[in-house]
Amino acid sequence: MSNIYDKIKAIVPEVTIEENGLSMVVVPSEKMPIVASYLSEKESFDSLVALIGNDWGDSLGVVYIIDSTATNERVVLKTSTTDKENPMLYSVVNVWQSADLNEREVYDFYGIRFIGHPDMRRIFLREDWEGYPLRKDYDMSPEANPVPQTNEYNADTTISLQEQPDGTIKEEERVVFAPEDYVVNIGPQHPATHGVMRFRTAIEGETIKKIDPICGYIHRGVEKLAEGLTYPQTLHFTDRLDYLSAHQNRHALCMCIEEAMGIEVPERAKYIRTIMDELSRIGSHLLLYSTLCMDLGSITAFIYGFRDRDKILDIFDDTCGGRLIMNYNKIGGVMADIHPEFVTKVKNFIKYMPKGLAEYHALFSGNIIARNRMEGVGVLSKEDAIKFGIFGPTGRASGWANDVRKLEPYGVYDKVDFEQVVLTEGDTYARYMIRLKEIEQSMHIIEQLIDNIPEGDYAAKTKPIIKLPEGNFFKRVEGARGAFGVYIESKGDKTPYRMKFVSQGLNLIGAVDHITRDSKIADLIAIGGSLDYVIPDIDR
Amino acid sequence: MFDFSIITTWIDELLNNFLQPWAVVLVEGVIIGVLLLLVYALIALALIYAERKICAFFQCRYGPNRVGPLGLMQPIADMFKMLIKEIITIKNSDKFLYGLAPFLVILSSMLTFGCMPFGKGLLVLNFNIGVFFIMAVSSIGVLGILLAGWSSNNKFTLIGAMRSGAQMISYELSIGLSILSVVVYAGTMQTSEIVEAQNNAWFLFSGHIPMIIAFIIYIIAGTAETNRGPFDLPEAESELTAGYHTEYSGMHFGFYYLAEYLNMFIVSGIASLLFLGGWMPLHIPGWESFNGIMDYIPSVVWFFIKTAVIMFIIMWFKWTFPRLRIDQLIKFEWKYLLPIGMFNLLLVTLMTVFGWHF
Amino acid sequence: MEVKVDLKSMKHENFKDNEYIEQLVKELREGGTNVVVGVLDDVINWGRSNSLWPLTFATSCCGIEFMSVGAASNDMARFGFEVTRASPRQADFIMVAGTIVHKMAPVLKRLYDQMASPKYVIAVGGCAISGGPFKNSYHVVKGVNEIIPVDVYIPGCPPRPEAMLYGMMQLQRKVKLERFFGGVNKKEKRPEQDK
Repeated sequence: MSNIYDKIKAIVPEVTIEENGLSMVVVPSEKMPIVASYLSEKESFDSLVALIGNDWGDSLGVVYIIDSTATNERVVLKTSTTDKENPMLYSVVNVWQSADLNEREVYDFYGIRFIGHPDMRRIFLREDWEGYPLRKDYDMSPEANPVPQTNEYNADTTISLQEQPDGTIKEEERVVFAPEDYVVNIGPQHPATHGVMRFRTAIEGETIKKIDPICGYIHRGVEKLAEGLTYPQTLHFTDRLDYLSAHQNRHALCMCIEEAMGIEVPERAKYIRTIMDELSRIGSHLLLYSTLCMDLGSITAFIYGFRDRDKILDIFDDTCGGRLIMNYNKIGGVMADIHPEFVTKVKNFIKYMPKGLAEYHALFSGNIIARNRMEGVGVLSKEDAIKFGIFGPTGRASGWANDVRKLEPYGVYDKVDFEQVVLTEGDTYARYMIRLKEIEQSMHIIEQLIDNIPEGDYAAKTKPIIKLPEGNFFKRVEGARGAFGVYIESKGDKTPYRMKFVSQGLNLIGAVDHITRDSKIADLIAIGGSLDYVIPDIDR
Repeated sequence: MFDFSIITTWIDELLNNFLQPWAVVLVEGVIIGVLLLLVYALIALALIYAERKICAFFQCRYGPNRVGPLGLMQPIADMFKMLIKEIITIKNSDKFLYGLAPFLVILSSMLTFGCMPFGKGLLVLNFNIGVFFIMAVSSIGVLGILLAGWSSNNKFTLIGAMRSGAQMISYELSIGLSILSVVVYAGTMQTSEIVEAQNNAWFLFSGHIPMIIAFIIYIIAGTAETNRGPFDLPEAESELTAGYHTEYSGMHFGFYYLAEYLNMFIVSGIASLLFLGGWMPLHIPGWESFNGIMDYIPSVVWFFIKTAVIMFIIMWFKWTFPRLRIDQLIKFEWKYLLPIGMFNLLLVTLMTVFGWHF
Repeated sequence: MEVKVDLKSMKHENFKDNEYIEQLVKELREGGTNVVVGVLDDVINWGRSNSLWPLTFATSCCGIEFMSVGAASNDMARFGFEVTRASPRQADFIMVAGTIVHKMAPVLKRLYDQMASPKYVIAVGGCAISGGPFKNSYHVVKGVNEIIPVDVYIPGCPPRPEAMLYGMMQLQRKVKLERFFGGVNKKEKRPEQDK
């Protein structure tokens, strides 16, 4: 690990290393392009896991967490600028494509403009929004930004900052949609966007020329809210981000806090958490099956998926008291012990589910129309998946083995035997099939665990007031949609200084334009369904 | 078998006794119009109910069961609601065409009823180009859809209308070819004669494989004509919100909603007329007593049973298959259905000329 | 005078907030009821209340539960909520399922304006009612009633499907009390359309 830090130091002597939780390489902002291209080209650090903006009071900056897909090494970079009036940093878009929307997010939240970024527009907030909400000095009063009464206006041009050879920065105007483009507005209220996503789509006939995703129709400012709440209070936000993998998200945050505090989670809790994670993974994949089928026009298949998903929700209902949002994990374990009938019900479900899967295959997977709609549509190559930072089943359908359960085992995943399903086609059909195959694997995992839940406490005793030591902490789990990371920066208080949820959704949206280019409108719907984004997970 | 023409002729003679000939035509026209409207509405309501229940059956649900016994009143409640719902006028739309479009759709399906033999002697127009007339008027419907899409001044409706135009005009060809096969085989275009020709055996059975092929092509193309799943691209809900009728509200939308079911009924009705003998009971040559029993079932019942079976199949399609994509849809028609249909027409012609049939 | 607003699915006594309904009836009947028109009203309301088509609209978690309401185990089609329309023109009520944020607020208002009357609004879940857990956020609307009028509130986070059905039946009861002839809907004048 220290090896790579020495190498960076050899290239750029100005860097310093900050050891506080995560070991960070502090790079002066003007050296960032050199370090970035060195890392990606010479050291094969090709996967940008997270790009986290932050306001440290006297300076604004960004933390990059970068993985190498070849060696699974990780390096954390930090760069900042003290200019708070007109903060500018160098963009890393040309090195890591997935930085595209993430840098726009940082611009939106902190006002940092990125030199070399092709499209510096706000992404979540309206273009007429005043101020940068995640800055510490942001005026939170409702008067500053009242509920808008007018319809939104979207400019067809954008600004890009380019560095001139003489070192000055020039604003260049870039065209998003030319006046002759036929732009159809898909969303925010559209049955196939699975929520309030909005795609401005330039089409020619039925063929898609360009897609400009506009997010933020469910941007709830969770990260800002979390800064004002104590750690146990922040837990409930995770359930409501990606509500389909509520357990996993909460698991990630709990683990991050537990790791920072050094809490030892009882074995029983670990088992329960793992089973719950896998159950909600099945539930989420069933929902993907349902909604994808509905998007493709097969409503009966939609109902079948929901019928089986309801069985999982009933299991959750017994133990957690909630169907969709369970609020079950807590710091140190889980909220309550499992229901007496939990084991029987789970076993019954596992016995039942293969029949359901066979039915799905008969009804939809084998259907000639469905095959034609999905095969070869929206192909995402492995290189592109890495470039766009597409983790999870979607990335694995493109041949990129990126399962966090295998890479950084947590819970009891190191004790169970399961296969990481990887397909190589990378088309919509592969993305669809991989979900159904993962359901089988999840059932296999649960089968191994359900009879062996150890006796003992279901939660560790924690102090009444939870304070994290000073430092930066990052923890990932494998959510149903892909890696879900939690980054906490603590100053030693009861509340986090910065809490960032590194979700999969934004990267998926970033790839939509690339995947759908030159396909049909109907394909956009199929691709969108198979990418399986959850909008609150994107917007947070 | 009861011949309904006894009643109709009797009424006709009765009217002729004390009215001028032109007045007779007028009165009969009004009576028929009112009756057809009534039948039209009843069939649509029944179909809406049937579709919901069948859909629920496929989807492990109950379907409507609160409004009236077994939910039977559900479509009537829907109709009441729709009748008094606001009809929104849209800014910057072509008001005249926008208002006209739903009526064109209804008109086309109404006119088709004219040549539909519901029972023995129970049809409005019995003239020698009946099948041709049905084809001609049923293609007016596409005009209504195109106009709706165009005049609504909405991009989704326009895309939906264009899809619909491409789809319906393409599939009209296949329908035409398969109908032509029957016409060649029967040697007449008159609907009543086509039915009579199936006295001994329905065309589907007597016409060997070519007729079965024609039947299958007809069912596929007919489903596409009605814009129902898996060919419901013009109103693809997940792609175009509601397709060409996105901007229509209230009863205007109600017309489209009804027309969808009526068109399904018409397509099935024509299928039963052409291939399953219309109102003709099931006759097996040689089984005289069996044929006699079959004749006791009224002809109207026969017609509706056959139509219902085909409608069930079309509904089954919708609730099973996913939707096609527009290029696949067009490719399917022009590269597969149409050549097969043409070849099949040739086969039928040869078969008829050389008498290779039962 | 005691009023009973029964539904086939649920008797008057089993609803929890009958005082509210009685209050509403009292207000509506202040002008007295015309017998002939009253019967017509009943017929119309029977049609309307039994055929409420929801708009497919959801912003977040509650939307998934709303989908559950339509799916096999809860099946809202039983009550006549069968046809979820994707086009606001054809929908009768909008289930505001999920948080409404500043950016979405004008969109929601526009959707509401696009709907043909009679139109109703159900606020589903804590977020739609008051902002819920995100009340203190800089970007969250504190209750949809700031933007559009709400007929029924369904609390929960997210409400269970049963709760949603209960709320929808409450809406049915409310619709049953409406007066089409000479009622409230005649009071509002259509605004002058600008050409």
